Amino acid sequence: MTDIRATATPPFRLSMLVNDQRYRSLTFQVIVFILVMAAAWWLVDNTIRNLALMGKSFDFGFLFQRAGYDIPQTPIPYTADDSHLRASVVGLLNTLIVAVLGCIAATVLGVIVGVSRLSKNWLFARLMTVFVEIFRNMPLLLWILIIYAVFTEILPPPNAFRGEAATSGMILFDHVALTNRYTALPTLGMTNDPGSLDLGARITFNWATIAFVVALVGGWIVRRMIRAWAQDVQDRTGSRPTTWWMSLAVMILPSLLLIWYFGLHLVPPSLQGFNFTGGLNVSNSLVALWLALTLYTAAFIAEIVRAGILAVSRGQSEAAFALGLRPNRTMSLVILPQALRVIIPPLISQYLNLTKNSSLAIAVGYMDLRGTLGGTTLNQTGRELEAIVLMMLTYLVLSLIISAGMNVFNARVKLKER
Amino acid sequence: MSDTHAQTVAFVRDTMLPSAAPPIRESGAIRWLRENLFAGPINTILTILGALIVWFLVATFWDWFAHSVWNASSLNECRAIIVATWGEGARGACFAVIRERWNQYLFGFYPVELYWRPTMTFGLLMVALAPVLFSASLTIRRVILIITAVVTLSAMVVLGAPVGWLIFAALVLGAGLFASERNITWMLPFSLIYPLLGVWFLWGGTLWGPIFVLVGPLLGWAAWRVLSRVSPLLATVAAILVTLLFWLLLAGNAASDAEALLPLSIEAVRSDRFGGFLLSLTIGVAGIALSLPLGIVLALARQSDMFLIKSLSVIFIEFIRGVPLITLLFVASLLLNYFLPPGTSFDIILRVIIMVTIFAAAYMAEVIRGGLAALPKGQYEAADALGLDYWKAQRLIVLPQALKISIPGIVSTFIGMFKDTTLVTFVGLYDPLKSMSDAVRANIEWKGIYWEPFIFVGGIFFLICFGMSRYSMYLERRLQRDHR
Repeated sequence: MTDIRATATPPFRLSMLVNDQRYRSLTFQVIVFILVMAAAWWLVDNTIRNLALMGKSFDFGFLFQRAGYDIPQTPIPYTADDSHLRASVVGLLNTLIVAVLGCIAATVLGVIVGVSRLSKNWLFARLMTVFVEIFRNMPLLLWILIIYAVFTEILPPPNAFRGEAATSGMILFDHVALTNRYTALPTLGMTNDPGSLDLGARITFNWATIAFVVALVGGWIVRRMIRAWAQDVQDRTGSRPTTWWMSLAVMILPSLLLIWYFGLHLVPPSLQGFNFTGGLNVSNSLVALWLALTLYTAAFIAEIVRAGILAVSRGQSEAAFALGLRPNRTMSLVILPQALRVIIPPLISQYLNLTKNSSLAIAVGYMDLRGTLGGTTLNQTGRELEAIVLMMLTYLVLSLIISAGMNVFNARVKLKER
Repeated sequence: MSDTHAQTVAFVRDTMLPSAAPPIRESGAIRWLRENLFAGPINTILTILGALIVWFLVATFWDWFAHSVWNASSLNECRAIIVATWGEGARGACFAVIRERWNQYLFGFYPVELYWRPTMTFGLLMVALAPVLFSASLTIRRVILIITAVVTLSAMVVLGAPVGWLIFAALVLGAGLFASERNITWMLPFSLIYPLLGVWFLWGGTLWGPIFVLVGPLLGWAAWRVLSRVSPLLATVAAILVTLLFWLLLAGNAASDAEALLPLSIEAVRSDRFGGFLLSLTIGVAGIALSLPLGIVLALARQSDMFLIKSLSVIFIEFIRGVPLITLLFVASLLLNYFLPPGTSFDIILRVIIMVTIFAAAYMAEVIRGGLAALPKGQYEAADALGLDYWKAQRLIVLPQALKISIPGIVSTFIGMFKDTTLVTFVGLYDPLKSMSDAVRANIEWKGIYWEPFIFVGGIFFLICFGMSRYSMYLERRLQRDHR
């Protein structure tokens, strides 16, 4: 028996802080901590001294002062008499509008292009490759500027639609007019308006909107219950009851009933004087920004989708065919679940990129968060520090919420290992 | 056996039939068309759709391109020429604006008589990059260096470079070519000092500045040599301290004193004269060169066992990735005055480079972290089993494999960063895309010209970004070690 007591705990010497692996990382971390704290102290100290020199203070009181500027597109009621805070919220909502619209459209287009690139059709696959390479390899700013220039320089002014001998016509059965200042879209009209729910702060929701949301969510929940019941029956008896017509009915019928009840119809824009009224005039800055973000991000999503599908080995689909699954069942039960697992994580970062890239709205004068809080408000109040810090924090929270939400979705589709 | 046949069968053929030609449907162009374009109803519809798209694009843009004018001094003159040549109502491109203003798109407001300096800088950049980028293939290196030499020298002659500098550039290019043929490692010292040389060529001023910047690390190395026998740790700390102290306390004064003794300066160019692709490339190349090492450090820190290091790097990476680049650029242009000691201020291009670098480094760190995570655990364990310490294990075993896995992601980050250099327009710098086009359109002659500058600038961006992505594919193939 060797006596190990002598070597078990050597006495602590100061040099062990550097030479002994057990303590070295601790020493290193303490040094880094001191350095980081010193740097932070240095920055804060400089900021305090600079603010004192400039005669400024660090407070967010300016947010409650009168904004005094107009915003062209206001999702919630806003006038120049409202506060800077409300202007910032309007900007944030505008950011969210273009981000959500962009994510939806980019996903649809990206999936179509990505699948088409894998098509056996030589010509079509080549065309999609050209699309992807062209949009991926040029700056987004270029596409925003080009599309905005197409809208402002090539499209006709609203008064070109006037009179008997109009030089321009509306498209989509006289429901949409593309002009060089805005895109006139039809709005939804109701013959039986149920009134609105007032949330305070002049934010209102129409009861009809709420009814539709409730109908859709309820339909979706009932559909899940139907599927669970069908699964249960299949587990017990071995044969699955036909459910597609039930699912379709619970998803669509309530909405159809609501449309009939509220008398929902499209109100096309009509030309009054020099402008379109009655419809919804969406400014070209939003349309151009949305289109550019969609096309640019779709090129990236297409590559992600293509990589995801290619990542599922051929053996998987061959095995599914060998089991006797039909092609569409093979797609939905075997290939898609495996491809989604590869597709979703990079897709999340594309959504994040799109949201952050929407701050390029400044190039076309779309009043998003950067245009209001980080633009006009900053310039009017001269509160650079507060405005930029608040803007960065807002974007950060937005990014964290998006990635958290998508991570939950990812956790549901990813491979369940043991 | 054969007897039975001989008796029962009247005739047995004992030679092969000559093989017939395949049916027309199954050979040549027709088969290709049938399989690739008309394989079924959906396929045929797609082909027709594709053909319609191509026809639409050609019909819309063909005559615009075909009627392009390259020789005019204003947009109105362009339009007059188009109408005179192709009749009333004809549309045409006016590429004359590129011919007239190419120098602004490439060099910004850099002094015209000094255009040869950026040209030489980027020509020599290829010499500095060749041993790093094309270390494996002598042929590729030879071709690239010869093309670079011819293009750079002829461009310098055209742009009116002084004879002394022409000879200097020719010597460097020739030496690079010679070293590349004989022994590639001879090129590396030039690659190492190139960043300082490049900065000096672009901004001008005294050569003593870069020289004394270089002296700092040399002194640090000397200190390390002296002390490394005593204690490696002490030596490292001393090397870093000596370098930093020299830079902070001595370098500035030494440079101005040396300049007073022996003037070695070329004409200085202020940062606000930079613009166009000169600005994009300066920011892009600097950002690429700096963000890769920073990204590696951040990725390693995020994988570290040390809690504090790991959390700091997670906070940094997630914060940078959570905000748009534009807001960081605004911090650089508006807020840095708050964070620095009162009265200090430094160059706006340098601030932008720093911001672009940390932005790209955060993304790079995530890409490399993916590569580190993809490495089998056995590799780390094998390194431990060999008794390698942390840095040796990372340098010799982990990083070479992890970086190889992450090449596509790294290059995508580079491409994204190079495209993002256009955002400097929002902090008042003259990027080629927006600010420069606006500046050109501000002249009465070119008011209202949109598409031609966009095509020119977009085309150059496409060439560079597409080139980078092709290079990453080449590198992946070259580094492929698995057998298929």
